[in-house]
Amino acid sequence: MTPITKRYEVSGDDFTHAGEASGKVKTLLKQIGYHPDAIRRIAIAMYEGEINMVIHANGGFANVDIYPDRVEILLEDTGPGIEDVDKAMEEGYSTAPDEVRALGFGAGMGLPNIKKYTDDMRIESAVGVGTKVYMTIKGQ
Amino acid sequence: MKLREVIEVLKAEVINADNLDLEIVTACGSDMMSDALAFVKDQAMLLTGLVNPQTIRTAEMLDIHCIVFVRGKMPGADMIELAKDRDIALLSTGYRMFTACGRLYAAGLGGGCDEN
Ligand SMILES: Nc1ncnc2c1ncn2[C@@H]1O[C@H](COP(=O)(O)OP(=O)(O)OP(=O)(O)O)[C@@H](O)[C@H]1O
Ligand SMILES: [Mg+2]
Repeated sequence: MTPITKRYEVSGDDFTHAGEASGKVKTLLKQIGYHPDAIRRIAIAMYEGEINMVIHANGGFANVDIYPDRVEILLEDTGPGIEDVDKAMEEGYSTAPDEVRALGFGAGMGLPNIKKYTDDMRIESAVGVGTKVYMTIKGQ
Repeated sequence: MKLREVIEVLKAEVINADNLDLEIVTACGSDMMSDALAFVKDQAMLLTGLVNPQTIRTAEMLDIHCIVFVRGKMPGADMIELAKDRDIALLSTGYRMFTACGRLYAAGLGGGCDEN
């Protein structure tokens, strides 16, 4: 089955528009009548990842493949990378500076939220090279 | 609780609201968006002191249909536009977070967790 495939550029210096790609995906899934419970989980997980690319990695790309039974998302950036992925996955762990906290982010809850709302998640990251976050959400 | 009752309890100013009969079942108070994103419930309302477009986006992702800004905070025109587009009601109350949440809780609105 060929998926519906979308690719979005996520700008790194535009906090105001951060989340636009996730909003578009959510709207599209609603339009095609995707499983309602999955839509919400997809939107939240992708939004957390999209925000992370903006605040930690100066932007990147979001690739979304929509299958009837699942949605696969790859968020890729060429930012600073994550030194200790296990640590980054811990609830409350954040390297966000105070300016980011003042914007309502930096609770260290984003990656744990992605884990919670997806059926599968994987991070590939190399310091100085970038980060790839893969996630799969089942359609039911 | 209906939106009109929320407005009364919080002595709130209505910035944007089409349907005062909107049913609010639970609420969440937070200035950290990922905290709110960890909390997903149907027909919830978000109380926050955070005023930037990501407040609206967070509500969009969570299917939240009403945001209450505490401490008399007011969103800018761009945020109001974003909220209107997404059918999200906006209120502003002069109460602080603790008081606003307390008033709603006392009026019968739950927190949506198992222990409430
Ligand atoms: N794309 C990324 N590039 C580089 N570092 C990242 C990236 N995503 C996450 N991180 C690192 O992992 C940490 C934890 O991320 P997580 O999303 O859980 O929390 P946060 O973004 O700091 O806060 P919150 O998501 O609660 O707003 C971040 O503080 C950051 O150090
Ligand atoms: Mg994050």
